[in-house]
Parts: sequence; structure tokens; C-alpha cells
Amino acid sequence: MADAALTSHAVHEAPTGFIRKWIFSTDHKVIGIQYFFLALFSVLLGMILSIFIRFNLVWPGTEIPLLETFFPVGAPGGVMTPEFYLSFLTMHGTLMVFFVLTTAPQGGFGNYFLPIQIGADDMAFPNLNMLSFWFTFVALVVLLAAFFVTGGAPISGWTAYPPLSALGEIAGPGLGTGQTLWIVSIAIFCVAALLGALNFITTTIDMRTEGMTLMRMPLTVWSWFVTAILGLLAFGVLLAAGILLLMDRSAGTSFFIPGGLVVSDQIIDHKGGSPLLWQHLFWFFGHPEVYIAILPGMGVTSQLLSTFSRKPIFGYRAMVYALFGIGILGFMVWGHHMFMSGMSPYTAIFFSLLTTVIAVPSAIKTFNWLGTLWRGNVRLTTPMLFAVGFVSLFVTGGVSGLFLNQPSTDIYLHDTYFVVAHFHIIMGVAAIFGIFGGTYYWFSKMFGRQMSEFWGKVHFGFTFVGVYAIFTPMHFLGMAGNPRRYAELTGFDFLEPLASIHLFITIAAFITIASQLIFLINFFWSLFKGKKAEINPWQATTLEWEIPSPPPHDNFAGKLPVVYRGAYEYSVPGEPLDYSMQTAPKTAES
Amino acid sequence: MLLAITIWIFTLITVILFTDLVPEMLELASGQWFPETASVHGAIVDAQFFNTLMVTGVVFILAQVALGYLVFRYRERPGQTAYYYHGSNKMEWAWTAATTVLFFVMVSMGYGVWLDVYVHAAPEDAIQIEVTAQQFAWNIRYPGPDGQFGIVRPELIDDAAGNPLGLDPQDPTGEDDLVVPTMAIPVNRPIELILRSKDVTHNFSVRELRLKQDTVPGMMIPLRFTATKTGKYEIACSELCGMGHHRMRSFLDVLSDQGYADWLEDQSEF
Ligand code: HEM
Ligand SMILES: [Cu+2]
Ligand SMILES: [Cu+2]
Repeated sequence: MADAALTSHAVHEAPTGFIRKWIFSTDHKVIGIQYFFLALFSVLLGMILSIFIRFNLVWPGTEIPLLETFFPVGAPGGVMTPEFYLSFLTMHGTLMVFFVLTTAPQGGFGNYFLPIQIGADDMAFPNLNMLSFWFTFVALVVLLAAFFVTGGAPISGWTAYPPLSALGEIAGPGLGTGQTLWIVSIAIFCVAALLGALNFITTTIDMRTEGMTLMRMPLTVWSWFVTAILGLLAFGVLLAAGILLLMDRSAGTSFFIPGGLVVSDQIIDHKGGSPLLWQHLFWFFGHPEVYIAILPGMGVTSQLLSTFSRKPIFGYRAMVYALFGIGILGFMVWGHHMFMSGMSPYTAIFFSLLTTVIAVPSAIKTFNWLGTLWRGNVRLTTPMLFAVGFVSLFVTGGVSGLFLNQPSTDIYLHDTYFVVAHFHIIMGVAAIFGIFGGTYYWFSKMFGRQMSEFWGKVHFGFTFVGVYAIFTPMHFLGMAGNPRRYAELTGFDFLEPLASIHLFITIAAFITIASQLIFLINFFWSLFKGKKAEINPWQATTLEWEIPSPPPHDNFAGKLPVVYRGAYEYSVPGEPLDYSMQTAPKTAES
Repeated sequence: MLLAITIWIFTLITVILFTDLVPEMLELASGQWFPETASVHGAIVDAQFFNTLMVTGVVFILAQVALGYLVFRYRERPGQTAYYYHGSNKMEWAWTAATTVLFFVMVSMGYGVWLDVYVHAAPEDAIQIEVTAQQFAWNIRYPGPDGQFGIVRPELIDDAAGNPLGLDPQDPTGEDDLVVPTMAIPVNRPIELILRSKDVTHNFSVRELRLKQDTVPGMMIPLRFTATKTGKYEIACSELCGMGHHRMRSFLDVLSDQGYADWLEDQSEF
């Protein structure tokens, strides 16, 4: 212990130059902030893309002069072509899933707060940490480059199913260089995620301070830990699949391309591959990925509900077991994305049953959150509102999942807007609520100033109502049979009566997106002009609330804390305050 | 306080949107939401959907109302202290068991119809029709009077020359094959589709018949059903297949026996 402290001190001289301090930094806090801003940039871009997506669905063929300036080829005369729509759709999904939901909750908050919450002065491998951020950054640059190459960005969706994604330009615009860049970007992203995962796992196991037993760790730490394990097992598979796909495209192999294909009257010289192989590999990554996106949100929600109910978390152990249950089972349910793919119908039943099993730990988490609120003393701060919103969204999205995990009902709902509604609510919006909750909660610790509570609540109001207004009607579109990934809705008679719902959704989306300006202004204004933050403004118990805001370079100023209690000791009878810090020795009675 | 009420109202609105309005909307716009089913298995699929809606609807309302209620009831007030309580294993076991049973009972009710469509063999007298998807069109093939599909060869495919499937002129069983862009079937007769694709993965779907199945290049996937209502339905592609995905449309005519016979005759005259 003493040795470790000494060595880490030697490493932990604060860097002086601007570049070492803010660009190529090895400080987990700076890297966390870098990840956070990378995600913020990506989410803004992804949102802008979704404005165009929603616009085109309702007013196809409209001239948007601005578009022509940026994309003279993709949008001649400023009018979106169908392939241009699909390229925006692909980039929207890819940015959101990889560069927002995978980076902000884990790379951002995880990086910043995991070491502090376990009482460490940095990650186990600071250089690796820096490397994984910069790999992510390069991956983003490569992805965005796809917009500007001949043919534009790929049109095969964030799932990139071959043969469509494997055949090159002959199968459609954007499937040449654009698709290649997409695959390369994802491959680089995978490497970054693997490095990050190793670091998180090692840090959690190895760097906990004295007294920080596993069962005293905050649930945020548990969720980052389990997420890292999922990342380690899932991203390797996607990396392999991506390399195979690249080889199919450029080295003449046929992993995913069967024989006898004829595209636009031209025979394709490949044989022996299987399109389903990609789907299996992709979803073996893809389902754990949705948990990678949502588990940190669950951790944050648990932390916030307990803190602001002034009450210990209900069923701490059950929460930890449920996290692991979801994590392990998450690797056994990928086939529920493939009921209609042509895989064996017996397999479908197997995957359906396993997906039903995973719904149980999800329900357990919900019950425990409700149990935490019960008989609490609930402070409705902005972060708390987002945590409550998270629970509401998680319930809504979980319920619609039960329609999709039955192959019989999925016959009708598969690949419709019902699926779009489901995964946006449970994965997209719920995870974003986790991120918002975390931002409002930890902003003061990260930046030393306080965000406005009032504008935070206004932002919450617009966003909570807004996302339900956008996504609830999509269930009905799905029930009316509206397929997803359609660039225009004019080609089918049965889609015509749905136009008014689409219009409603588009308007709701515009208002909701506009209301995010409230957040942005609050964020940047507070960054420079906000009220100076105290050390522990929320009266919370975990270790980050014992050190200055923002914390010094090595977090604990050379003196690692000693932990005596669990993470959520609120309202302990007989103690003077309604919160007892983890570092406070227990009094006799408790 | 005000906020507590607001959030609760939001929750309520959500609940109402999601549940109360559903049956109402279904009625109001019948033929718009959930088009009336036109196949035997479609009725069972719909029934399973509504079973699921009932069970999950109750779960949904209880959970959302409980959430709103707890936040409201235990909002911070002077003099109120939180209960120092770490949870109860009994409760954990109880709700784990309850959800497990509830979910599994509900889910297992739906597997029968799945087996009907995908596993149980088609009856002897089922009419076989082949569907071959391509960017962005459907090719429907009937075997003709001999009941046999002729051999197809990818190297013979020539859309411009009117041989989109690559039928081999040397093969006598192919001579009477009928290849058309739209599909017709007789009502109340078992049908077995054989789904193929020439290029990328597409998806054959007809919403009124509750049919949806990927067509995968390199695979021949059977799909069995019996239509129960005559009418003209739209065939839509439901798997992203490229820039023309959104306009990959054809029609399925469900005809009376007589109408079907007439149709076949008409087509053969070309
Ligand atoms: C807890 C977090 C969850 C997340 C983040 C999540 C996320 C997703 C995502 C991203 C999709 C998108 C598929 C696509 O691109 O086509 C999806 C589909 C699906 N989800 Fe979930 N899901 C979650 C929970 C559940 C639960 C609890 C169930 C069922 C009990 C479920 C069942 C399904 C099924 C069956 C599909 C496939 C639907 C289809 O392709 O037709 N999910 N989910
Ligand atoms: Cu999944
Ligand atoms: Cu298609």
C-alpha cells in the first residue's frame, strides 16, 4: 500500500505545459472531460441530422439552400435525395450509438469519477487512457470524412448488413469509399473501447483505497465495471467482424457474400459466404452494446435516487446481482434481432425465452428504485428529476420490449416504427437522461461552478414531455405497419393516412431539439459565470464530495482516503446529519 | 411542490396517451391502426398482441402511477425524515418470482402460431409460389401446369431481355413457368411461398396478412399462410436494401377460386 502510494506520487507531478495538460493529458479527469465534449459535439451533430431526417419525411422535395452549399452532390438544388436521406440516417445512428451513448456515460463520467469514487489518484494505466481517447477521436474524424468523399456517407444503416455493405458502389451510392471509411472508423473505435475497458476493469479491481470493499462501492462504480466487462467481450467480436467485412470488400474473400449474386444485371464474383454470419456477429456485439449504453445510466439513476431521497438504496445487493444478471444474459439474447432473418425458427424460441429471462433483472431494478423512493424525503432537484424521468422511460421502453421479444408479435412489428420507438425510449432517451442527470449532478465537481437549477428544471420539463411526444406516436405508426428506414412515405397507399402523425412527430421533434438550447446556454454560461461551487452542494456521501471542486491533479492531494461505510448511508438514526460520508467512522450504535 | 405536481401530471398524461387512448384510437381509426387481419394466423398474432397489451398495460400503469405517487407523497417537507432501511430479501424474492411467472406465462402463449407459420409442414395441396426480390422490384413465379419450377442460372439473368430470373431455356420444366411482377392467390387455400433474393437482403411483407420475412441471397426460405379475405394488398420491402427501399412495392391480389383461375389464364396468354 505504502509502496503504491509512493510510486503513484512520482508519476503524479502535475504537468505544466498546455499540451500535456489539456491535449495529450494522462489525467483521468481531463480525459473524462475530453470524452464529454467529444460526445457533446457528436450529439449536436446527430441531432442536426435528425432534423433533416424528420423534415424530409414530412416535406420531401423541399429546397434547402443551405444543404446545397455543403453537399452539392448529395443534395442537388438543395433537395434531399433518398440516398442522401439514408446516409444521414446511417450517420445519425452511428454517431448516437457509438460516439454519444458509448462515450459520454463511460468514457466521460466513468473516467472522471470511477477513480475518485474508489479513492484512487488516477486510472491504472494513464497512458493507455490517453491512447483510448485519441483513438476514439481519430475514429470520429474518419467517420465524418465519409460525408465528403465521392458517393457520400454510407446508406446501409448503423447495422451495415451485407451483402448491401459488402458489394461496393455497384449496390448503391455511398457504399464505396463512404462504407469503407465507416468500417475503418468502427474498427478504430473498437480498439479504443477495448483499451478503455481493460483500464476500467483493472482500476476497479486493483486501485480501491483502504476500506473500499466491493460491497461498499457506489452503484455507479459497479455499473461502469460491468459495462467495461461487456465492452471487453463485445467490441472484440465487432472488430473481427469489421475486418472480415473489409476483406470481403477489398481482398476478394467471401465471408458474408454467397454465390450467384446478380446486382444490376452484373454477376458478382464471390461464393460461399453467409449474410446471416454478419448478423450473428453484429448482434453478438449489438445487444451487449445496448446495455453498454444503458448500464451507466442505471448506475447514475441509483446514485441520484438514493442521494435525493435521503435514503439508502433499496436492495443494494440485489442491484449488484441484477447488473451482473443483465450483463451475462445480455450475451445470450442477440438472436431476438433476427427472428425474421431466416435463421432456424427453433432458435427463435430459444432466444425469445432468454430475452424474457433478462426482462426479470430489469424489472428487479425498477422495483428497487421505487423501493428507494418509498418513505424517503424526496428532494426534487434537477438531477433528481432526470433520474425519475429515467425510471419512467425505462418502464415504458421495457414494456414495449415485451412485444418485440415474442417472435409471433414481432412478425408484425419487426422493422417498423414500433421498434424505432422502443429502442429510442429505452436505449436512446433513457441513456441521455442518465447523461443529463449526471451532468447536472457532477457539473459543479468537474468545473467548480454551479449550473442554474431553475433553467435545469425548465429544460427537464420540455425534454420529458418532448421525448414522449416524439416517440409515443411512433408506436402507433408501427401498429399501422409503417416500415422503418423509408426515405419517403409517398410510395404506398397505406402510408398516406399516417401523414398527420408524422407531422405531429416532426413538430414535437423540432420543439424538443430547440429546447436543448436551454441546456446548452445554461451549460456554457455556468462554465464561465456560474456560482462558485461548494465541496458538497448535494450533501452526498461518496468520495468525490470530500475534495475541492474541481479536484486537484492527483484527486486527494497525496492523502488517499480511508473508507468505513457503504456508499448510501443516508438518514442514519442517531447521527447529526442526514448523510454520513463514506469516510466517517461509524458511531457506536450504527 | 409545484414541480412535484407537474411531474405527476406529465406521468398521468403519458399513461393516458399510452393506454386509454389505444383502444379508442384503434376504434376511431379502424383500418388505419392495425389493419383488419386477412389471414388465418393473423388473427392469432393479433390476439397475442392484445394479450400482451393487457398484461403490459397493467404493469405499465401500475409502475408509472407508483413512480408519480411516491415522488409526490414523499416530497421533501419540514419534519419528515427518511426511513433508514436497506431493503428486504423477502420482497426481492417475491417480485422476482412474480415477474418471472407473469412474463413466462404471457410469452409462452405466443409460440403456437409461430410454429404454425414457420415450422409445421405445409399441407400437400398448398400452392407453391416463388418470390425473388431484387433492387427494387419483386419477381413472382408460378410453376405452371406441370407443378415444377424450371432451373434458373444467375449467368442467364437479363432484366432488359425479360429474363429477370435467369430461366434456362434448355430446361423443359421451365417452359410453362409464369414470371410476373405482382402476385395473385386464391382465398382460403394454403399457400407456401419460397423466398429468394438476387442481390441483397430484402424483406417480403404484407401487413394485412401479417406476413414478414427476410429474403436472403443464397437461401430459400419457406413462408406458409392462408388468406381469409379477398382484396388487393400492398407488398412492401421491410429490410433496408438500398436507395430505392422506400418504393419497393408490389401487390398481392387475394381472389376467389374462380377469379384466381381467370387470372392465371389471362397471364398465360402473354
Ligand atoms: C434494457 C435496455 C434495452 C435496450 C438498451 C434495448 C435496445 C434495443 C435496440 C437498440 C433495438 C434496435 C433494433 C434495430 O436496430 O432494429 C432493440 C430491439 C429489440 N429489443 Fe430491446 N432493448 C432493451 C431492453 C429490451 C427488453 C427488456 C426487451 C424484451 C423483453 C427487448 C427486446 C427487444 C427485441 C426483441 C428487439 C428486436 C426487435 C426487432 O428487430 O423486430 N429489449 N432493443
Ligand atoms: Cu438485442
Ligand atoms: Cu428494401
